[in-house]
Amino acid sequence: MAEQIAKKKIEVKDATKIFGRNSRKAVQLLNEGMTKEEILKVAGATVGVKNASFDVYDGEIFVIMGLSGSGKSTLVRLLNRLIDPTTGHILIDGDDIVAMNKEQLRGVRRKKIGMVFQNFALFPHKTILSNTEYGLEIQGFSKEERQSKAKEALRLVGLVGYEEQYPSQLSGGMQQRVGLARALANNPDILLMDEAFSALDPLIRKDMQDELLQLHNNMGKTIVFITHDLDEALRIGDRIALMKDGEIVQIGTPEEILMNPSDEYVERFVEDVDLSKVLTAGHIMKQADTVQVDRGPRVALRLMKRLRISSIYVVDKKGKLLGAVTAQEALNATENNQSLDEVLITDLPMIPEDRVLTELFDIVSKATIPVAVIDEKERLLGIIIRGAFIGALSGNGQFINENRVVDMVDEKNTEVNGNG
Amino acid sequence: MDKLLPRIPFSKWIDNGVDWLIDNFGSVFDGVALVLKTMVEGFVDALAFVPSILLAIIFAIIAWLISTRKIGIFTLIGFLFIDYLGFWYDMLQMLSLVLTSVVFAIVIGIPIGIWGSQKATVRNIIIPILDLMQTMPAFVYLIPAIFFFNIGVVPGVVASVIFAMPPTIRLTMLGIEQVPKDLIEATEAFGSTSWQRLSKIQIPLAKPTIMAGINQSIMLSLSMVVIASMVGAPGLGEKVYRAVTQLKTGVGVEVGVAIVIVAIILDRITQHAGSKKQGGTNS
Repeated sequence: MAEQIAKKKIEVKDATKIFGRNSRKAVQLLNEGMTKEEILKVAGATVGVKNASFDVYDGEIFVIMGLSGSGKSTLVRLLNRLIDPTTGHILIDGDDIVAMNKEQLRGVRRKKIGMVFQNFALFPHKTILSNTEYGLEIQGFSKEERQSKAKEALRLVGLVGYEEQYPSQLSGGMQQRVGLARALANNPDILLMDEAFSALDPLIRKDMQDELLQLHNNMGKTIVFITHDLDEALRIGDRIALMKDGEIVQIGTPEEILMNPSDEYVERFVEDVDLSKVLTAGHIMKQADTVQVDRGPRVALRLMKRLRISSIYVVDKKGKLLGAVTAQEALNATENNQSLDEVLITDLPMIPEDRVLTELFDIVSKATIPVAVIDEKERLLGIIIRGAFIGALSGNGQFINENRVVDMVDEKNTEVNGNG
Repeated sequence: MDKLLPRIPFSKWIDNGVDWLIDNFGSVFDGVALVLKTMVEGFVDALAFVPSILLAIIFAIIAWLISTRKIGIFTLIGFLFIDYLGFWYDMLQMLSLVLTSVVFAIVIGIPIGIWGSQKATVRNIIIPILDLMQTMPAFVYLIPAIFFFNIGVVPGVVASVIFAMPPTIRLTMLGIEQVPKDLIEATEAFGSTSWQRLSKIQIPLAKPTIMAGINQSIMLSLSMVVIASMVGAPGLGEKVYRAVTQLKTGVGVEVGVAIVIVAIILDRITQHAGSKKQGGTNS
């Protein structure tokens, strides 16, 4: 995968955080295999994060998700040492921040890492502009320079014109935009977002997710996003780490987590997921039978008869989808000596492979022939059959393709598919 | 009465300690006394230099600017009333004593409060001392103060400072500690130094609470003026003290009312100074 080749931006190596007095003893007990509860009882220490190891690659959105108390907020604070790990190493661009002194750590926080907080954490006595300037102000930038950078950051998040307002005058969504702008103003490589959208209502939240994805596409920052909401994690995450009781139980792409839950916990977690928001057309499409346009209506008719289907897709030599033809039309064409071209149905429902199922309900329900899935060159990748659509939504694995890409098929393919 | 153990000579130790301090640091105390005396007298002279009516108007305008017009008008009427009772000069003397004490309570108290808010060990040492300062009967400060500074206004100021400083220290600590944790995290996450965190975030946000502490300090030092007059501090307090010893009810009430008027004016003005221009809820 592309991400594997990419540069490691953050490396967390066996990081453990114990809260409480007997942290050394607790680490020892932890290494001996004691559970969180036993350690609390024996040593009186709370395990916040337990032997976490993972890498975050340059430019990806890495989501850490788990329920409250799972240690995800502690884990993200280890990444900029707002909380010091008890043991383990945290490398940013290859430099171990655990070994850094205060001065060096301040440098990393100022230049490399921006942070966005759940409850915004805006400074109530400062205007929006001077809130946004804060990171630059403490680095000693001149007033003009930091104001122009702060204004640019506010423009990026769509808050032009609010510079002189105070945080309490803004709605929650707008306040979090300021929080985001404040983090962006420093132009850090890494953004840490701690439940950044959790305090917002669902509609605003979705908008913010979209905007974050767009900003991410434009700016290519590495984002570590903390959330307790699986839908949110699946929506924005390139990769997801699932946490439970301070431990990372699974790391993978959204698909891997959904399709191959590593244990019962993950399985229980993902079972309530709205599959229609996660599965794409590519997941549920079936191989399609096609006929090349120059073979004529007779070949098409014979193919349909043999495959026992009532319609067939017509492509050109390069596999580009031209349209479809029904058995009735093909029969008429043979009788009237017409070519396939003349009887083609061309206003077909066509959708790209990565369209999620929620957006397909309407199309699939209205379509009279199976919906075509095409790639960017309009080549036919597969088709969506209503039965498979419903089967996939019910979570039935046999309707879901493990491998998204289904090979293109041509007329020589004799495998029978239940078209229509 | 028979006791198992002999009486502990605690008072002896204290007396010896005071003697030792006077022997060894006498010149330091003389220096402090000179500074305080000069300051109080300087205030009195400066205030008395201005004609009473003009000064009342100036105070009223200041009160109006800092707080509201209503308090401005009250200030004008209150001061003119005191003037016509014939207590103007005494009032200025009292005001100078209060001002001097409060200046010292602030100058010493706020840094101690900030220090205490930053270090738990410092806080753990300061808090019992503050409890002691506030619960010890105020008269007790006066006795060593006379030895250190002679009688007059200076021991009065010193006793007032000791008595009035604790609220400023306490509320400075409280105000800084009450700054929400996520704001502190935010300043840390952006790489602030401790001083930047304090000066740009914590102290500005603690300002209303610190002002409430200063307000309390002013009220407490006003309440000390009568006690201070027992060691020879001049002013309205002295008038009250004399009315008590001579059993003059009328004069006593007159002076009492004058003190109350000054107290109300100072209280309202400082309360407004704390609450105004904070946050951004009013655009």
